[in-house]
Amino acid sequence: MYIFVLRRILSTIPVLGIVALIVFMMLHLAPGDPAAIIVGDNGSLADIQRVRDQLGLNESLPMQFWHWLLRLLQGDLGRSIFIPQSVVSLIGQRIGPTFSLAGLTLVFTLLLAIPLGTIAAWKRNSWLDRGLMAASAAGFSVPAFVVGYLFIWLFGLRLQWFPVQGYIPPAQSLSGWLHGLVLPALTLAMVYIALIARVTRAAVSEALTEDYIRTARSKGIAEWRVLLRHALANAAVPIVTVVGIGVALLITGVVVTETVFAIPGLGRLTVDAVLSRDFPMIQGVTLFFSFVYVVVNLLVDLSYLLLDPRIRY
Amino acid sequence: MLRRLWAHGPIRWSSLLLLLLLVLVVGAPWFGTLLPDAMDPANANLPMFTRALFNDLSGDSYEHLFLLGTDAMGRDLWSRMLYGGRISLTVGAVVALFSLLLGSLVGLVSGYFRRVDMLLMRCMDGLMAIPAMIFAISLVAIFGARLSTLLVAITIPEIPRVARLVRSVVLGVREEAYVEAAVALATPTLKILRRHILPNAIAPLIIQGTYICAAAILIESSLSFLGLGLSAEEATWGSIMAEGRSQFNQHPNVVLLPGVLLALTVLAVNMLGDGLRDRLDPKFNKRT
Amino acid sequence: MSVLALSRRSALGWMLTTLAAAVIGMPGIALAAGEDSSVLRMVPQADLKILDPVWTTATVTRDHGFMVYDTLFGMTDKGEIKPQMIDTYSHSADGKEWTFTLRSGLSFHDGAPVTSADVVASLKRWGSRASVGQLLLSATKSIDAVNDKTFKIELAKPFGFMLDALGNPNNPLFIMPKRIAETPGTTQITEVIGSGPYMFKKDEYSPGSKVVYLRNPKYQPRKEPASGTAGGKKVYLERVEWVMLPDAQTQANALVSNAVDLIERIPPEQYPAFKKDPNLVLDKQVGQGSIVMAFNHLTAPFNNPKIARAAMLAVNQQALMRAQFIAPEMYSVNPSIYANGTAYWSDRSAGFTGKPQFAEAKKLLKEAGYDGKPVVLMAPTDHSTHNKYPLVMAALLRQAGFNVDVQTMDWQTEIARRAKKDPVEQGGWNIFTTGFFAVDMMNPIVMAPLTGTGDKGWFGWPSSDKVEALKMSFIEEMDPAKKKQIATALQEEALSKALFVPLGEYVPYTAMRKNISGLIKAPVNVFWGLRKN
Repeated sequence: MYIFVLRRILSTIPVLGIVALIVFMMLHLAPGDPAAIIVGDNGSLADIQRVRDQLGLNESLPMQFWHWLLRLLQGDLGRSIFIPQSVVSLIGQRIGPTFSLAGLTLVFTLLLAIPLGTIAAWKRNSWLDRGLMAASAAGFSVPAFVVGYLFIWLFGLRLQWFPVQGYIPPAQSLSGWLHGLVLPALTLAMVYIALIARVTRAAVSEALTEDYIRTARSKGIAEWRVLLRHALANAAVPIVTVVGIGVALLITGVVVTETVFAIPGLGRLTVDAVLSRDFPMIQGVTLFFSFVYVVVNLLVDLSYLLLDPRIRY
Repeated sequence: MLRRLWAHGPIRWSSLLLLLLLVLVVGAPWFGTLLPDAMDPANANLPMFTRALFNDLSGDSYEHLFLLGTDAMGRDLWSRMLYGGRISLTVGAVVALFSLLLGSLVGLVSGYFRRVDMLLMRCMDGLMAIPAMIFAISLVAIFGARLSTLLVAITIPEIPRVARLVRSVVLGVREEAYVEAAVALATPTLKILRRHILPNAIAPLIIQGTYICAAAILIESSLSFLGLGLSAEEATWGSIMAEGRSQFNQHPNVVLLPGVLLALTVLAVNMLGDGLRDRLDPKFNKRT
Repeated sequence: MSVLALSRRSALGWMLTTLAAAVIGMPGIALAAGEDSSVLRMVPQADLKILDPVWTTATVTRDHGFMVYDTLFGMTDKGEIKPQMIDTYSHSADGKEWTFTLRSGLSFHDGAPVTSADVVASLKRWGSRASVGQLLLSATKSIDAVNDKTFKIELAKPFGFMLDALGNPNNPLFIMPKRIAETPGTTQITEVIGSGPYMFKKDEYSPGSKVVYLRNPKYQPRKEPASGTAGGKKVYLERVEWVMLPDAQTQANALVSNAVDLIERIPPEQYPAFKKDPNLVLDKQVGQGSIVMAFNHLTAPFNNPKIARAAMLAVNQQALMRAQFIAPEMYSVNPSIYANGTAYWSDRSAGFTGKPQFAEAKKLLKEAGYDGKPVVLMAPTDHSTHNKYPLVMAALLRQAGFNVDVQTMDWQTEIARRAKKDPVEQGGWNIFTTGFFAVDMMNPIVMAPLTGTGDKGWFGWPSSDKVEALKMSFIEEMDPAKKKQIATALQEEALSKALFVPLGEYVPYTAMRKNISGLIKAPVNVFWGLRKN
């Protein structure tokens, strides 16, 4: 088992290496010139050239990649071109809001999606099922920013239940932190709920057709116990798998949701970096997001060991 | 076969909806529209069902019924939604088609030729590890907001999933005795592909294609929302909403109406995919 | 069945309770920002990424500069230059020797007193970058500290622009401690220490999200009432937070729900809603902004002045400004290159009226033999005050007979791309639009697009020896009437050759909650004098 864990961990290295290469190449083919942006409106061409020299943008591409990779291995993602701080410290500043948002989204999702999916499976092909599944399909189909603006308008401006923007760190006010995150997390959860509810429904309904369920029912075990202990427990693996895959979806949603709700997280950092051609910053956040994705899916794989006694490595 | 699919409610309704949409979008000039970029700043933010004198900047002047009102620059919302649908639907269809083609190619090669399997799959893993949205916004920002860039940027991240799907089908089929026999009899590779592998892959591919199509339409609108969409002269549902959002509280129709149309489209495509999965995927049928 | 129903209900109930607790238990939090009357939360016009006002000319960095630094001279809202850190000054009869004395009681945020050595170092660093500073230094023989409070500037040739240069709010001379000012102008400073009315709170600085300033308790304002960047910079707030909200609707929501107190520049679409809201006040702090269209004069077709002029005559300022700013109260037309209401404004505009003259434009195009080559017009999608002109301009140019290719990009790409001199086939461009404050358009020297130095000049690179000669004589001239004559001649030269085209002016409204008062009229955005009740 330890060998499996170790191999699984080692196998992430080439993936991250390929990510690094793709990200680096992509951004260095860009026509935008960060030097021109730094120099600003009233700068001259000589200024632009000087800044290019300072930033090392005049080195050859392989050299730039090599230098970047060497520093990367030392845990140094470089310095932002525009903000006189290191990429690592900037990412560090933004992790809190994004992880809070993603975490709360996950909580909302699991609280809502798994019961909904289970109910739909249990009442399969009833009107309840159809309704729930249509609603979840709708959750898939409406762009996050439309949902976000509707929530803001309704719950923020009309009913004034929740703040419409911003982020309060939990250290400053725990209740304020939670209060401010409710709307963005619900917005972000829409897609996720739809996804997990569908998978739960499929997995549970598959489990419900198995022989042991019939056995359990015939033994007179209460229906809710059958559902929870037997069907849902057996559906855990596909659900966890999709939670892992859904991290990519979550990251996509984070970028949009953080913009709508002005949450100073990694998503907005990414958009700002892309818009300003901040090469080291873009490389840093993309690598970081990919790293998170790889780690989450690693954990998902490892969690199978716990969730499904049949799986042994 | 088709009749059996037609009998399935969600498939029927979603196909009809998509067909209606296609007619509206392709036949846009005949449904009471102006050119999507015809503007008259003096007629900005007209309410729905307004008839007004329109002084087009290109010099023409005419009366027009603005079914859904105008946007902040005085362009007809109805016209922009119909013409915008052309691009959104194109993005969905083209991305689905190309990611299926390219993904199938990678998947086939990977599943069939074990020597490159390792390398290809590691590349696919790497690609899959970069979140699609991050990948797309970087590419569009880098190569400029052209339709071709947009298509590439949305297609590439979808390839790995298709490749894995096809690869797993190939690996599964290869194990079957009759395929092993065919290989042993030195049947040409192409023939094995056509006879044994494609028929098994086609249903999951079609289903996957509908989901990709829906995702592509959504990603296009998100890119527009972030200011990384197509040329501002080109109306797409995403860009109409992106431009309208700065006055969402005052004129929500500019965001909501294309939003509803977009949601309906994506919903229809998803329903179609679900329906096809119910009907076509033998594994799924067996389960129910 | 019934058991499940029960458990379902209790689960649902639990969730609802949690939500209800979140909703009811803490509604106060949303309004917390609005309650403390010593804290002002405001949305600046852009994110503050660069802290060095010499290194960049970005407007938001200039605003930051006025928070933390002080200047030798200030400019009143009427455009007069008044001493600020300076107590007294004098110059010799021939105007070549200037002596300045600092007022007493000035100190930096780190406690050190402000000395003339600090001023000299700051002046030299500023003079190495700012275009006005470069002009001053090139006319200067020496700058010396005479004693702790007094310094002397000796000129090699007359420089009538001396006080305008030292007190210009456009590219201001901010005074920093000598040890920081000795950083070369080509390297960004990392420490923010000034002697201004606010202090920068470094540990709370989070680019892209928040900037915090605290009141400088040791600041000694001048006795005169505050006016522009001159007069007494009194601070009534303990803390000012700049909150970065990039999205227009988000900004509006934040202001309406009292999460922020002030928006430095309102998104144009929000004008009608803000105007109606009884809890909000709209105010004009700075003068109007000017929108400018620039041609690339180095490549075809605009290397032919007739074609450039044809494009200029297609301009319909009314339609352009209406599309971008919607509310008529937010914009005005102005065919002069000088900002409306400033000293050099003139209606002698060489036939340019700001109204379309398509017939004349078509005639010019025909004479010039325009071959129908598509004109590349750059359009920034993410810039809320520049994203609409390109679309309107394209329609107008087509009407005049041009073939137009609108290329959209984000603003940062546009800034990068406009530095390219190559023909369009190699990634160049033909037309872009940009904006300036009135303070940037009030005289020919600070006006960035007014250059005649060809490829050494500002983006677009027009060539005109006449412009350069006139600018030199403008600098040397001391007599206001003659200066005005020269300025008008410059305008006629610029517009007859269509070096660049004014597209109109807009009002950069500032929006505040009703309990905020004391916004000072100024040439640039400044935030002292504000009170919160």
